[in-house]
Amino acid sequence: MSRNLTRLAPLAVLVVLAVLPYSTLQIPGLFDGVLNSPGTLQLLALCLVFGGVALSYDLLFGFTGLLSFGHALYFAAGTYVANLALTELGWGLGAALALTTAVGIALPLLVGGVALRVSGIAFSMVTLATAQVGSIVVLRDPGGLTGGEEGLALDRGNVPDVFVGVLNTVNVYWLALAYLAVVYAVVAWVTGSRAGRVWQAIRENERRVEVLGLRPYDFKLVVFVLAGLLAALGGVVHLLLLGGSTPRTTTADFTLGLLVMVVLGGAGSRWGAVLGGVLYTYLDSRLTDLASSPAVQDLPAWLRVPLSEPLFLLGSLFVLVVFFVPGGIAGVVARLRERRSGRRPGDGGLPPGRVVEQLREQVGAGYGGAPRDGV
Amino acid sequence: MSTLVLLTVTGLGLAALYFLVASGLSLIFGLMGVLNFAHGAFLTIGAYGTWWAAENLPGAGASGWGFVLAVAFGVAVGTLVAALVELALIRPLYERHIEQVLVTVGLSLAMVALVRAIWGADPRPFPAPDWAKDTTSLLGANVPNDRFLLVGSAVVVLLAVLAFLRFTRFGLVIRAGVENRSMVTALGIDVRRAFTLVFAIGGAFAALAGALGGVYLGSISPGQGTSLLIFAFIVVVIGGMSSITGAAVAAVLVGLVQQFANYYAASGVGDLSVVLLLAVVLLTRPGGLTARVA
Repeated sequence: MSRNLTRLAPLAVLVVLAVLPYSTLQIPGLFDGVLNSPGTLQLLALCLVFGGVALSYDLLFGFTGLLSFGHALYFAAGTYVANLALTELGWGLGAALALTTAVGIALPLLVGGVALRVSGIAFSMVTLATAQVGSIVVLRDPGGLTGGEEGLALDRGNVPDVFVGVLNTVNVYWLALAYLAVVYAVVAWVTGSRAGRVWQAIRENERRVEVLGLRPYDFKLVVFVLAGLLAALGGVVHLLLLGGSTPRTTTADFTLGLLVMVVLGGAGSRWGAVLGGVLYTYLDSRLTDLASSPAVQDLPAWLRVPLSEPLFLLGSLFVLVVFFVPGGIAGVVARLRERRSGRRPGDGGLPPGRVVEQLREQVGAGYGGAPRDGV
Repeated sequence: MSTLVLLTVTGLGLAALYFLVASGLSLIFGLMGVLNFAHGAFLTIGAYGTWWAAENLPGAGASGWGFVLAVAFGVAVGTLVAALVELALIRPLYERHIEQVLVTVGLSLAMVALVRAIWGADPRPFPAPDWAKDTTSLLGANVPNDRFLLVGSAVVVLLAVLAFLRFTRFGLVIRAGVENRSMVTALGIDVRRAFTLVFAIGGAFAALAGALGGVYLGSISPGQGTSLLIFAFIVVVIGGMSSITGAAVAAVLVGLVQQFANYYAASGVGDLSVVLLLAVVLLTRPGGLTARVA
């Protein structure tokens, strides 16, 4: 594929997705109803939202090499803060969005400010612990605000009518698509900027960045806040889509789900992370349907029991991908391209302990190539 | 006074649980550099193994030696699963740390989901010997006996691990490996055998924590391991990542802080203060409590 075509590919996908609700295609096996039935649009919108959230996580993990285990906190903050603003305070959507944005900046700034003082595993642990606090607070239901384990239903009175009701599912779908497009554009822009180069350099060799006279801490804080804000905005879309907030979005398992998405699609690759998020969400939803289908219910117990838990299948798939498909889907595509263009295929021998290294050049090629380290 | 005693003993009981989980974690991390997310799943497996044995295994039951046998069965299953995980999944990814962590993440999701698929997501009442449900009067406070069971087990495990590390050849290899692994390999010692051993030991402790946690909480559920695991991680980091004694000290600190804050402030504040404690320790001593300050 030539450079220009690669440039235009995201736009083409965006156009196709934008006109999708006008199609009445029936895709048996993939979706239950026709493409523009509310149920299908709802599932697609969910996939798009998580494509965006996975991409925000990839900004941390894939591009900067920060293994955060607390990304769920910001997504959950987005849904709960917006929900409280709309339901408790009776604000309009615009004001709620403004408040969520403020929280979505302040919270990662606070957590990142502390967590980034340490690096490596300790950083992962601090983010995990702070996210756990968020989870505990939501479950304790302080003052009856968060609804505890029940979750918190959204009072749709203050939501603009275009996003309310089954007939308007298509508007929420477009909102989800717009969110994904914004995240994609922002990530494409920042990773191509000078700061993006520094983030990649931090991933490859933080000591070297320091020696060059830059302060990794500041750069890491910026990317941490940006990823947190993008996730929080995703939480708002998720809220409008589901009509409520659920405490499941605060758990460590939710963050691990994001990690699975990014690794499935290919860490350090923009479209890979989006595709990973879309695929994971789709599989999760369809496997849940499959588990309750009569075809599975009639199977013998040793087959039926594992099939009844989507997470078991997704977890196993994830282990297989880590083992046999380094670089995820994006890694496979990159290797195929190498083979096609007649270059010697990469030996596949990854440097120890790096998922993303192999993608360095292919991903970098999208924006002029990253400066190579001498190591 | 009696409240103080009760809180202290309960906090120590909680600390014992944290230590049992954290000791395995910090051994594995110290030697292999792997953050084992599957540890929570080992804990769940140990708890469910004990529960299953108490109901179905001939000779095992909910009281006396029958209960000991049930716990032994649960621990054996946990040990076996952990050793198999190391041999089949961790060993082939030798030296690729990020991928090893990712594999344990996938495992933790899959194993907990499997337990949920087989036995359902609802909590199950856990068998406990009668004397564990009784209370003993200590300094005017009626302390439930299971606290003593927890603390006793943790102390025995701590002493056993320290003795193992200090007086056996394997222990020597592990200590040397934590200190400088490439040097041990260069001396012609196969460190990978020690890896499997450490994983098995960690799995055994986690499974024991699962069984004792079942006694302490009165019921077991598939998700129990994950919530304990997070606090165990915090204990490991505060204790200094790869030190057993550090983990023990940190566990006591975290357990007591959590109990007292939960009682004297408000429920839930304890968990908050633990995270604050973690932040304070890391900001003042980034390497944890036992880090050598240069």
